Amino acid sequence: MKNLKYLVLGTLFGIILTKSEVVSWFRIQEMFRFQAFHMYGVIGSAIVMGMVSIQLIKRYHLRTLNGEEIQLADKQFSPGVWIGGFLFGLGWALTGACPGPLFAQLGSGVPTAAVMILAALAGTWTYSALRERLP
Amino acid sequence: MLDFLSQSWPWYVAGPLIGLTVPALLLVGNKALGISSSLRHICAACVPAGIPFLTYNWRAQAWNLWFVLGIALGGFLGYRVLGHPATVAISAATVHDLRTQLHLTDFSGLLPRELFSLDNLANWKGWVFLVLGGFLVGFGTRYAGGCTSGHAISGLSNLQWVSLVAVVGFFAGGLVMTWFIYPLLFS
Repeated sequence: MKNLKYLVLGTLFGIILTKSEVVSWFRIQEMFRFQAFHMYGVIGSAIVMGMVSIQLIKRYHLRTLNGEEIQLADKQFSPGVWIGGFLFGLGWALTGACPGPLFAQLGSGVPTAAVMILAALAGTWTYSALRERLP
Repeated sequence: MLDFLSQSWPWYVAGPLIGLTVPALLLVGNKALGISSSLRHICAACVPAGIPFLTYNWRAQAWNLWFVLGIALGGFLGYRVLGHPATVAISAATVHDLRTQLHLTDFSGLLPRELFSLDNLANWKGWVFLVLGGFLVGFGTRYAGGCTSGHAISGLSNLQWVSLVAVVGFFAGGLVMTWFIYPLLFS
């Protein structure tokens, strides 16, 4: 089963998100009110660790377990990066959750997470339908 | 050890572990960390409705759905099996603000029951926090091309300036909601 490794990595990721409480609405409010370092520490140190890892992968030309060359696609700019980013930010402060934490909340037994995920799916679907008419 | 597992973890433990997910996914299968894409794949699998953006071979991205299923399983294990403190230990200043400005009284659990209960779907709070909030998360992340994982962590790790723009946008939105719209909602 080639997808088992992603299930395992996702499970570890979900445990870390939950144990560090970044899945909590309270923590997100604390972050947007600049009242604790916790969230900044989590996100900042995650970025530093990711950055160092990617530099090492590039420098030593590391390959995947199957021996493939590692591909890192560049992110493309569009006005949507600003506008969509801002709209997501509004939603992030309301729900107190980005997509990963929504799934972790669902697993931890928060019933409203199911409603928020359905609404997020509706949002993604609506964007997909309107995509050609948006800037 | 068990004590450590059952408590909440400090940022300097959790952050680096989250960051390690980026190289882990690359080394294991050449995959870029990004969670909001799973929402697109689910739409493409369930209701493509002939929309070009939802008409693609989502099965080729099935790994992303397994990863997300894992996150839900991790939420269960991390919260229910390993255990958790009764309240999230947020700062006293935040508790004060939420009490006085948002009129919250119950600080137990991961999210405030007074805002996040299914019963609230009978009034404006449920529709704003659950439905509008969720909708903006799904719409905005796809429009921006990623969320906190895809842009902030994966993108910035790979020194993508586009991701920096996105992250500034995320924060601008969050600050406007917290500092300007919340006071209007709860005035």
